[in-house]
Amino acid sequence: MDINIYDLYNKMEQDSIMLSFKGNVTSELLTSILQIMESKMEKLNEPNRIKKKVYNILVEALQNLYHHLDKQPDSAPQGHNTVIFMIGKTSEAYSIFTGNYIANVNAVKLRSRLEKINSLEPEELKAYYKEVLNNGMMSDKGGGGLGMIDIARKSGQRLDFDFQKVDEEFSFYSLNINIPQ
Amino acid sequence: MENLVIEGSPKTPTIKFSPEEGKLLIQGRSIPENSIDFYKPLVDSLEEYTGNVKDTTSVDIVLEYFNTSSSKCILDVFKKLEKINEAGGGVTINWHYEEDDEDMLEAGEDYQAIINIPFKMVEIEEED
Repeated sequence: MDINIYDLYNKMEQDSIMLSFKGNVTSELLTSILQIMESKMEKLNEPNRIKKKVYNILVEALQNLYHHLDKQPDSAPQGHNTVIFMIGKTSEAYSIFTGNYIANVNAVKLRSRLEKINSLEPEELKAYYKEVLNNGMMSDKGGGGLGMIDIARKSGQRLDFDFQKVDEEFSFYSLNINIPQ
Repeated sequence: MENLVIEGSPKTPTIKFSPEEGKLLIQGRSIPENSIDFYKPLVDSLEEYTGNVKDTTSVDIVLEYFNTSSSKCILDVFKKLEKINEAGGGVTINWHYEEDDEDMLEAGEDYQAIINIPFKMVEIEEED
């Protein structure tokens, strides 16, 4: 393995990354990450409004990664269960980056949902949230398709996503959430 | 009916339901990965209460954070409260939000638009 950890560190420093993780996501990990981010924002004296927005969006983004593992087909290679996420902060905005493998069949559905969300204006997004909230459909964990709508609403930004095709069965899905200060 | 008390945790809120007093409190954070299991005891208790309501039922929702996994469960709780209200339970919902937390106020307004029970938006002043 030929990795220069100092180069990697400098790259992250330049990109204003506060925290990064690659590996398997567990409930305990999410609890720790949320606690770390909460205390970091506390130390930075962020306004309550920003702290809450970032925390809320982080919960949704990380829980998406967590639940995503349930949806992996059995044929998925072991490594496809690992995910990556990074949290960055500049003077203008917080950024949350997530990445995970996704089966191509699911990628098609996800892409169309994300495109629909991006096509809506704030008032339409609010109406859509209420419609999905009230449609009676619930996944066995709760949610049922509200997470991405909530992220788009709270960040007030279009969702910036990408699907990179890896092979015939899988793509790598990346999401970059920007939360203006 | 017995009281229902669930102590809060870093990811789940405190729940206190007193059928004798007609009072329900949900307070804290509701961000579990799986919220259906967490809310089931409350939904079941409210179901039982529907058959034996008090004249007034006062509900306080004092949430600091909640995730979308909880939001459908909270709607289920409100739908049970709607039934309780129809059964003569005189339900009022006090939705508390911190003064600069527009997202939490808006979340309360979303529920208010869906649920046919009087909502009162209560602003909590910031401590610091």
